[in-house]
Amino acid sequence: MDHHRPALNRRVVRLVGFAPAVFLAVFFVWPVVAIVGRGLSGGGLVDVITDPILVRIAWFTLWQAVASTLLTLLVGLPVAFVLARYQFRGRRGIESLLVVPFVLPTVVVGTAFLALLPNSWHGTVEAVLIAHVYFNVSVVVRTLTPVWRQVDGRLTDAARTLGATPWQSFRRVVAPILQPALRSAASIVFMFTFTSFGVVLFLGGPRHPTLEVEIYRRTAQLLDLRSAAALALIQVVCMAAVLGLAGRRPKVAIPRRFVERPTSFNAWVVLAILVPAVVAVLAPLVALATRAGQWRALFTGRPFDALVTSAFTALVAAGIATLLGCAAGVCVNAPARSSRLLEVLLSLPLGTSAVTVGFGLLVAFSGPLLDLRGNRLVIPVAHAIIGLPFVMRLVTAALRDVHPRQRDAAATLGASPWQVWRTVDWTALRRPAALGAGFAFAVSVGEFGASVFLVRRGNPTLPTLINETLGRPGASNNQLGHAMAVVLALLSGGALYVVDRMGERWKA
Amino acid sequence: MNRPLTKLAFSLVLLAGACSTSSQQSTQSQSVTLVTHDSFFVTDGIFDSFTKATGITVTVAQGADAGVVLNQAILTKGRPDGDVLWGVDNTLASRAVSSGAFASYKSSALKNLDPGVVAFVPKGNELTPVDVGDVCINADVKWFAKKSLAVPTSLAMLTDPAYKELLVVQNPATSSPGLAFLLATIAHSGETGWQQYWKDLRRNGVQVVDGWVGAYTVEFSGSAGKGSRPLVVSYGSSPAAEVSDDGTSPTVALKDTCFHQVEYVGILKGTKHEAAARKLVDFLLSAEFQADVAPNMYVFPAVQGVTVPPAFATHGIRPTKPFDIPASDIEKNRERWINEWTTIVLR
Amino acid sequence: MEGLACRDITVRFGQQTVLNGVSLHVEPGQIVGLVGPSGSGKSTLLRVIAGLVVPDAGRVEWDGVDVAAVPTHARRFGYVFQDQQLFGHLDVAGNVGFGLKMSRRPNTEIAVRVSELLDLVDLRGFGRRSVIDLSGGEAQRVALARALAPRPRLLLLDEPLSALDHDLRKQLGSELRRVLNEQGIPAIHVTHDHAEATQICDVVIALHQRTTDETTPSINT
Repeated sequence: MDHHRPALNRRVVRLVGFAPAVFLAVFFVWPVVAIVGRGLSGGGLVDVITDPILVRIAWFTLWQAVASTLLTLLVGLPVAFVLARYQFRGRRGIESLLVVPFVLPTVVVGTAFLALLPNSWHGTVEAVLIAHVYFNVSVVVRTLTPVWRQVDGRLTDAARTLGATPWQSFRRVVAPILQPALRSAASIVFMFTFTSFGVVLFLGGPRHPTLEVEIYRRTAQLLDLRSAAALALIQVVCMAAVLGLAGRRPKVAIPRRFVERPTSFNAWVVLAILVPAVVAVLAPLVALATRAGQWRALFTGRPFDALVTSAFTALVAAGIATLLGCAAGVCVNAPARSSRLLEVLLSLPLGTSAVTVGFGLLVAFSGPLLDLRGNRLVIPVAHAIIGLPFVMRLVTAALRDVHPRQRDAAATLGASPWQVWRTVDWTALRRPAALGAGFAFAVSVGEFGASVFLVRRGNPTLPTLINETLGRPGASNNQLGHAMAVVLALLSGGALYVVDRMGERWKA
Repeated sequence: MNRPLTKLAFSLVLLAGACSTSSQQSTQSQSVTLVTHDSFFVTDGIFDSFTKATGITVTVAQGADAGVVLNQAILTKGRPDGDVLWGVDNTLASRAVSSGAFASYKSSALKNLDPGVVAFVPKGNELTPVDVGDVCINADVKWFAKKSLAVPTSLAMLTDPAYKELLVVQNPATSSPGLAFLLATIAHSGETGWQQYWKDLRRNGVQVVDGWVGAYTVEFSGSAGKGSRPLVVSYGSSPAAEVSDDGTSPTVALKDTCFHQVEYVGILKGTKHEAAARKLVDFLLSAEFQADVAPNMYVFPAVQGVTVPPAFATHGIRPTKPFDIPASDIEKNRERWINEWTTIVLR
Repeated sequence: MEGLACRDITVRFGQQTVLNGVSLHVEPGQIVGLVGPSGSGKSTLLRVIAGLVVPDAGRVEWDGVDVAAVPTHARRFGYVFQDQQLFGHLDVAGNVGFGLKMSRRPNTEIAVRVSELLDLVDLRGFGRRSVIDLSGGEAQRVALARALAPRPRLLLLDEPLSALDHDLRKQLGSELRRVLNEQGIPAIHVTHDHAEATQICDVVIALHQRTTDETTPSINT
């Protein structure tokens, strides 16, 4: 399809793609190389990699991530189906609600989870898997729902009249169309669960360490950079392999129609799928709310300052992530080989140990040339790195749907390349960009893992303060911590709801 | 790479550099940075009087847990991120001293130290004790009363089948109270006996979780989480934080199960504000600041003659003979002990 | 009664009555043209027959047996859509062979049948082509071949020619007639074009819907 007019000419594309690439190179690749390089300079990689205990840990890490990913897909698919194919009141609210677990700090949900699960489940693999599904199901739902919504219902009608059972028509017609989105969601969930730290520690207990936990222990507690670097390398290699596998481009471009054609309403299907999902999401949140108290303290002093800090940090992070994510999305869609590399590069941070990045930033930016320690922008930048791939994926998916002939048409009507971009591409871009911004904002509001390894001056973010507060004895601290968690849930859920509403108005 | 791109790259780096220099300049002149861990907590404005008296402003920079903060300081030795580090405890003291990341300073305020703490001052004065505390087993008094079971009083009793499946502890590999409790058992049963003690604990159904929050606020029956275990590893001061409006505490710390913790500050070698940093260390040992540590951080002052809130006096405990292991022994054996413990208890 | 019989089909979407007591009969081998203005419910009737829409009243019979309990995929009624609805992720052969694959026929049998049908619709050698690059006429032929491949007992044609230009419409119309005659499959051909209907069909029925309470299917040949 290269004979069609590309989105923008190659020079512009290269320039646009350069900004996110440089950003990632400076704030991610360099730090990771710095800390891993420091660890490896001593040599002796082999005996670390062949240590039977580590092999066991690596194996556990891998299979629990695969199992978590499959389970998350299994739970997420029916929910995405209902949200995509049925039109009903409160759908938007439910979509926003489902994302809340994803952005809550693990310590908070972990506590609520332990309170809900029977005692015999504490410290088990099952608890970890359930929590992974709980945290990540929104990634599947969010990624699949918009694509599924665009699948023309008559395609499945066609399949049915050709003798396909409902399952066959899903498997043979819908699934191939969903496949790129499905792979994208699966790879994100895999990365999150492969590098899972808080959930594994909190719910899996000490008997189920993952590579991430081991990297933390060796870097942060033992200062054994050599073996930590070896483990970080294993992690990156696994991650790159999975991304390479999951991210292959679909062979045939799939034309999608932008029709929102709800299937004839079947209240039972909707209820049977949504009621358990909503109850499952709400139960830990309700458990949180019932433990909350000290509401008046929320609007004074440290909690309020933390709220302001979190909102500011999230705004800056979402701004950076959206700008660079759109740039990356435009670039990834261009027919250049380097664009594929950019896509993988931008996704890598999701699958890299937060400890490695945190210590790497420290080592990389404490040199005589460039000392960023104490800079207020470091934490927003770290959050932007995490938000970036989400924005990029949303934008990429939307731009793939722009039919090249639309650009041709605009050009024949006398539009300049810039006007073509503005009328055709920007129209397609602004909605996913807004959604991506909302997601990046919510991710930043809830981010804890990466910021904790960065030394901060001034006010803590909300998750950091929640962690501190829950880390202190006494009933009032416990109540205040949970109250802040409720505010956090409202803030991130509310942001997503608003953005969804906004995006709705821009729909093509 | 074509030219405009190179330019773009340079300007990005320069921009980042500009940001950093501007923030560096603001910490110039009369200002010190106190680097510390995530449990550091003081009353707002506590440094105002210090600033008024000396003209030095204090910036608090908080990181992750104490181990992470120390290791980050060691990694950037000579180019410290701040001037004074708060939060090295005696399990980490030996590593801190031998790393060479700390400058020696003998504060004149050391003469006020509590006599029990004096022995913990390192020979080279690289670290200065600022507070003390004890990691002790806490018990849910009501639970024991309801079951008509005696609250255990010693480590030995915890292996008694009468106390089966009652204790929850933290993983020493990831938790500092967890490590302190392991050290208490090593001090108690000796280098050759502690392994058997933990085998017995395991047989008696000890539960291990990763950190303090999970153990104390979730699994422990005597606090907010209303868990199922009436015995937990926490601090000697924890019962003081649980005191309700009627002045009673539902929990009690067991004085013969404690490991003594001393927390230090140290001046980071390479600081550009050494004089100001020394003044800050003196201030941290002053009666004014020391009076602030108990209510906020649930630890006891390191200097004598400082009053603590009444709840601490009545419900917090300061055991007279806590367990203790020399910092150098801890540093030498920590990794081996943790690995052995992991094999015995978790595998 | 042999063949297809629709009896008093009524369909309502919310407040709106789309079909009001419509009856229709298709004898074996017969091609019935169904004409009517847009919005008269022609497509809905086809969807009812295919089992894609459940009627609020009335029944659909095949050889005198009610098929209400038979799901769409088991009815063996082929359907050709106005805008083809080809599967974009499959090539031409994949589309034509789709129905046979669903009934798990062996691959060799599928391959033979696919090339047979491509011959029939004059698209020999198109098997490996992507459906995205087809012209409108080619795409419609593929859609027809796809619907015929699993040997349906009835073919439902929903304005299959309306998107094509005049000349092509005429040419494909006669081809369609030839193909249906050769295969001996009864069909319902929905169109808004009377001339097209008379060109292709044995019988033409007009579907009028003037008011929601009065529907008069009348036969004019």
